[in-house]
Amino acid sequence: MTPCRGHVSFTINGQQTVVDAPPMKRLLDVLREDLGLTGTKEGCGEGECGSCSVRLNGQLVNSCLVPILQASNARIETVEGLAIDAELHPLQKAFLECGGAQCGICTPGMLMAATHLLAHTPNPTMDEIREGLAGNLCRCTGFIKIFESVIAAAVIKGRETHAR
Amino acid sequence: MRGDPQNLELIAAASLPEVLAHISAAPGSWTPIAGGTELMVAHAAGRLSAQKLISLWGLPELDFIRVGDETISIGGGVTFGRIRSHADIASDFPLLSRAAGWIGSIANQNRATLAGNIVNGSPAADAPPALLIYDAEIELASQRGSRRLPYSDFHLGYKQSVLEPDELVLALHLRRRFAKHAQYLRKVGTRKAMAITKVALAGTAIVMNDTIHEIHLAAASVADRPVRLIATEEALLGKQLTRETWRAARAELLNEVRPIDDIRSTAEYRKHVAANLLDEFLTQLAHEGVQA
Repeated sequence: MTPCRGHVSFTINGQQTVVDAPPMKRLLDVLREDLGLTGTKEGCGEGECGSCSVRLNGQLVNSCLVPILQASNARIETVEGLAIDAELHPLQKAFLECGGAQCGICTPGMLMAATHLLAHTPNPTMDEIREGLAGNLCRCTGFIKIFESVIAAAVIKGRETHAR
Repeated sequence: MRGDPQNLELIAAASLPEVLAHISAAPGSWTPIAGGTELMVAHAAGRLSAQKLISLWGLPELDFIRVGDETISIGGGVTFGRIRSHADIASDFPLLSRAAGWIGSIANQNRATLAGNIVNGSPAADAPPALLIYDAEIELASQRGSRRLPYSDFHLGYKQSVLEPDELVLALHLRRRFAKHAQYLRKVGTRKAMAITKVALAGTAIVMNDTIHEIHLAAASVADRPVRLIATEEALLGKQLTRETWRAARAELLNEVRPIDDIRSTAEYRKHVAANLLDEFLTQLAHEGVQA
């Protein structure tokens, strides 16, 4: 059979983009292979580990489970969109300061899940953080430093909002 | 081996009638895909048998929650993320709300749909026990029209259902009469989050003066499909909450469930735990003495 392909357009971190890809190609592979956005990692490839987490129209999703056709006209945010120019996002600063990242494979997914959490819950409780990150697995940190990073980021963000 | 996306066809249509026309033109040859939390996993593992898929994601006709005076209707395409954050579902059908909140992770809940959870047909699925005890009706749509039936009649066996090849799940309809019932739902898995059920029990009841006036029980992972525990309910209905009633109900449940040994648990464990969950629910009823 003729290979199935098509044009799909969407925005990535605010930039209008068009790719020519098979409609069943995973959003994760389009990000990494077609667009060179290798910040998003593949862990399990089956929606269990969260290392490929991105936001699709403001919703946290596992990009390994999204066929690219379903991202038509969508707004996609990846870890590459967090820092503005050289200025790290408060979550990135907090992960650095609190030792929230070690080997780094889970970190982009953690950052996106935490971004999603703080967008809805600016001052999360420890339980809310645990639930918000329940789908993101880390094999290095034991999670506590990651939870502390999210709390620290919430404080930084609160301060920044207050300063404005 | 990973599946090659170039060998698969995936199309999207702008409306439900167009999707229904496609699948009715070649019944059984199109596999509907919504959030992909099941089919994309199969695709990645190279065990997706479908060759032609049709996307249901974002179809407005499937993505609605309609709150009426007597009924709440939930479109088949509604995600568990939306279900868990809906105030009327939380107040009227708290167990559906709670089950929605423990389906996978937040990222899974944002993609997994109610119809997908049902049609996938897993006996371990999280939403079905709640739907069963709330006497949900399921509405199926095809180009031939739509039909409604009790959800308890939907599953016929392991991964078998009454869904015809040209049909889709349009909606689930829930009558708003359970808000004041006693409610019970417990899922036993390997860990609290991101775990598939070893055994789960859902229950709703009205108890007055220590007598059980109404009781609905349903369980996951104790049979080839999600099941209502009719015989166990009968052993409890109209009875006083005495030690004898408890014993009879426990015996009835152990007789009624038909679990299997598999990679997640054993039949023996599942039976024992299901009976213990019933004990826990009955203990809760005895303490609450819920009034209608």
